[in-house]
Amino acid sequence: MRKMLIWLPLVLFLGFFGLFASGLLKPDDRLITSKMVGKPLPAFALPAASSDRPALTSADLATGTPRLLNIFASWCVPCAAEAPQLMALRQAGVEIDAIAIRDARADVDRFLARYGNPYARIGLDARSAVQIALGSSGVPETFVIDGKGRIAYQHIGDIRADDVPIILDRLKSAQ
Amino acid sequence: MIAEAGLAALWLAAALALLQLALVAFGLVGRKGELLGAVRPVAVSQGLLTLLAFVMLVLLFLRSDMSVMLVVTNSHSMKPWLYKFAGTWGNHEGSMLLWVTVMGLAGSAVALFERALRRDTHMATLGAQAAISLGFYAFLLFSSNPFARIDPPPPDGQGLNPLLQDPGLAFHPPTLYLGYVGLSVAFSFAVGALLTRQVDAGFARAMRPWVLAAWVMLTLGITAGSYWAYYELGWGGWWFWDPVENASLMPWLAATALLHSVTVLATRDALRAWTVMLAVIAFSMSMVGTFLVRSGILTSVHAFAVDPERGTFILGLLAIYIGGAFALFGWRVGAVREGAPFELVSRETMLVVNNLLLSVILGLVLIGTLYPLMTEAFGHKVSVGAPYFDRIAGPIALVLMIAMMAGPLTRWRRDRFAVVAGRMMVPAILALVVLALVVALAWGRIGILPLAGLVVAGAVAVGSVGPLWKRNLRRTPLFTWGMVIAHLGCAVSLGGMASDSAFTVEKLVAARPGDRIETAGWALHFDKIMPIAGDNWTALQADMTARRSGGTAIAIHPQSRFFASPPTTTTEAALLTRWNGQLYVVLGQETDDGRWQVRIWWKPFVTFIWLGGIMIALGGALALLGRERRGWLLKWRVRAVA
Repeated sequence: MRKMLIWLPLVLFLGFFGLFASGLLKPDDRLITSKMVGKPLPAFALPAASSDRPALTSADLATGTPRLLNIFASWCVPCAAEAPQLMALRQAGVEIDAIAIRDARADVDRFLARYGNPYARIGLDARSAVQIALGSSGVPETFVIDGKGRIAYQHIGDIRADDVPIILDRLKSAQ
Repeated sequence: MIAEAGLAALWLAAALALLQLALVAFGLVGRKGELLGAVRPVAVSQGLLTLLAFVMLVLLFLRSDMSVMLVVTNSHSMKPWLYKFAGTWGNHEGSMLLWVTVMGLAGSAVALFERALRRDTHMATLGAQAAISLGFYAFLLFSSNPFARIDPPPPDGQGLNPLLQDPGLAFHPPTLYLGYVGLSVAFSFAVGALLTRQVDAGFARAMRPWVLAAWVMLTLGITAGSYWAYYELGWGGWWFWDPVENASLMPWLAATALLHSVTVLATRDALRAWTVMLAVIAFSMSMVGTFLVRSGILTSVHAFAVDPERGTFILGLLAIYIGGAFALFGWRVGAVREGAPFELVSRETMLVVNNLLLSVILGLVLIGTLYPLMTEAFGHKVSVGAPYFDRIAGPIALVLMIAMMAGPLTRWRRDRFAVVAGRMMVPAILALVVLALVVALAWGRIGILPLAGLVVAGAVAVGSVGPLWKRNLRRTPLFTWGMVIAHLGCAVSLGGMASDSAFTVEKLVAARPGDRIETAGWALHFDKIMPIAGDNWTALQADMTARRSGGTAIAIHPQSRFFASPPTTTTEAALLTRWNGQLYVVLGQETDDGRWQVRIWWKPFVTFIWLGGIMIALGGALALLGRERRGWLLKWRVRAVA
């Protein structure tokens, strides 16, 4: 009996070791990806969020060519960090629309004046209703919408310089 | 140059650790005794080199050398110097360097000061210490180099997490690490004794001071960490059962059990295999804790340096050291004969009960911490919260407290049950008094666990002083005083915990300047809100005065602080400490109509939690001092006679 018990710590440890190893090997799934990817956009009509860009409806996003839908907010710091990358995408000829989350028009104007305005249309989603319908869990997020108004790809978090070619690639394949 | 010097020192230390291991291996196994003479100088040099590397990193932080990657990602030239200094270990690489530094210095201390151990066991211990150090050197040098440069250097750093910009950070991690890593000495002792088959009372007497020292540091580190979380996180809680906190609690539980079983082994030569196993488990828990925190396999509020690659590396080290030690244990401990037997009613039995209860709590905390990982392996995601730990560990801890009181009141070898019960009469009567008082004053408003906590705390507070009863206090040995103070500290701490959860009054109000708020016998006057600026932050500060039933008004200033680099908001609670509790005021968000959320707690006797923690550590320190002094005195007398 004692002979067996003596090996118990080692056996228990090996069990824990297996548990730890399986925990390390499993893929990281902490990002919440939208269940909407691959599906048509939910129908929405949002008022204009800035003084010099028109309002945004879901019909505006089905224009025949793929475009980006950027979810941002003037109060969000990573959104400011991704602004240069959005400007670069715009200069590469990409059409970008946006939804401002829980925001105020004056704040959005100030944000755009400071960090640049790559957007064609900006809708104001004062209560995050459309954001939730899109399956987006935070700001910033960016969706690739194909020409028929279907969500082709979701990018979670700010767009880094490395992400720009990936997004351009996704836009091309959404055609 | 400084970074290169630090890196060179680290490589040299690693080389010396390898040399130390080789010297011991060839000296002991190859029977080349002359090699062993070099082991101690090598161990001392190795410790000094790690210290040198650590000092170099501190210098880099103090000088804000932005050509070093680690300084860039964790510091900022605008930071106050204390946080530049503390920033050295407020990150993964720096804290691992602190880890190996403590490990190296602990090895040096064992080489220099350990005299009681048999020579071959001493050498085997130093060999084991070198072997553990080697793994962590490899970890630092190959996957977490703190001295890596960045080219070109950026104009300034990215700052340190503002939650960590607190004087507490200068103190909390180093003491905690002294404790964690100090336990590596116990681990090495156990491995050394298994290798040379010297598991006996002499070995236990040699190991005890090292365990005590590490345990004192661990106790202080946990106490400081708990107080830091209490005032810095602004939730009014002092323990959150977060994986990182559990990672520090588990080694403490194991070390506490070890501390008591090593005493049984030292005085009565019993519990040999059990003590050796606990020595292995205690440091294993330190390493498992580090692994859980650094690998990111558990989600924690202390998420820093989460990196699966590092996790794999530490897991490899765990496999080698813990697996190796337990395999050695299984292989060798069969040959260790059990020591002296003892009667059912005896202090030995009480200490065995203490050990079993501590082990059960340790097991439950370990399972609770790892449970999310276990269920995730089967596809479910759950999180285990405070209610599990409170309800499961709480009652067992109360039973443990009673055993803790009974132990010192029971004689070694054999005692009579009726006599022991008689010695516990006074505490039992006091428990009934406390019970009657609490029931009369607060029945219906108090949960069963806090009630039991108050009752047990009252009884144990009296019972733990029992060993001093009818003794000449001036002739009572220092280690007995240490035990009494530490046990009393447990009762004080438990009383604080129970009182906090039983009697805390919480109030959340929306107030505008000029308003008066009353709660729990306090009247707060909200004077105004002011913006103020610190070295690297700006804040909105509420100026309030607090007054208790006719007393003088005291100004308090809760803040909502904004740090620019990195952009973060922290709450700075205003604390007002009185002998019978603490007023805890937090300034929250501004509401739409120009009012401010203010959260107020009155926490009766909450400070006893940390006061008890300090008493426990002090008791440990006194016991250590007492044992060591007795050793010195004996040696001195022997010399005087000769």
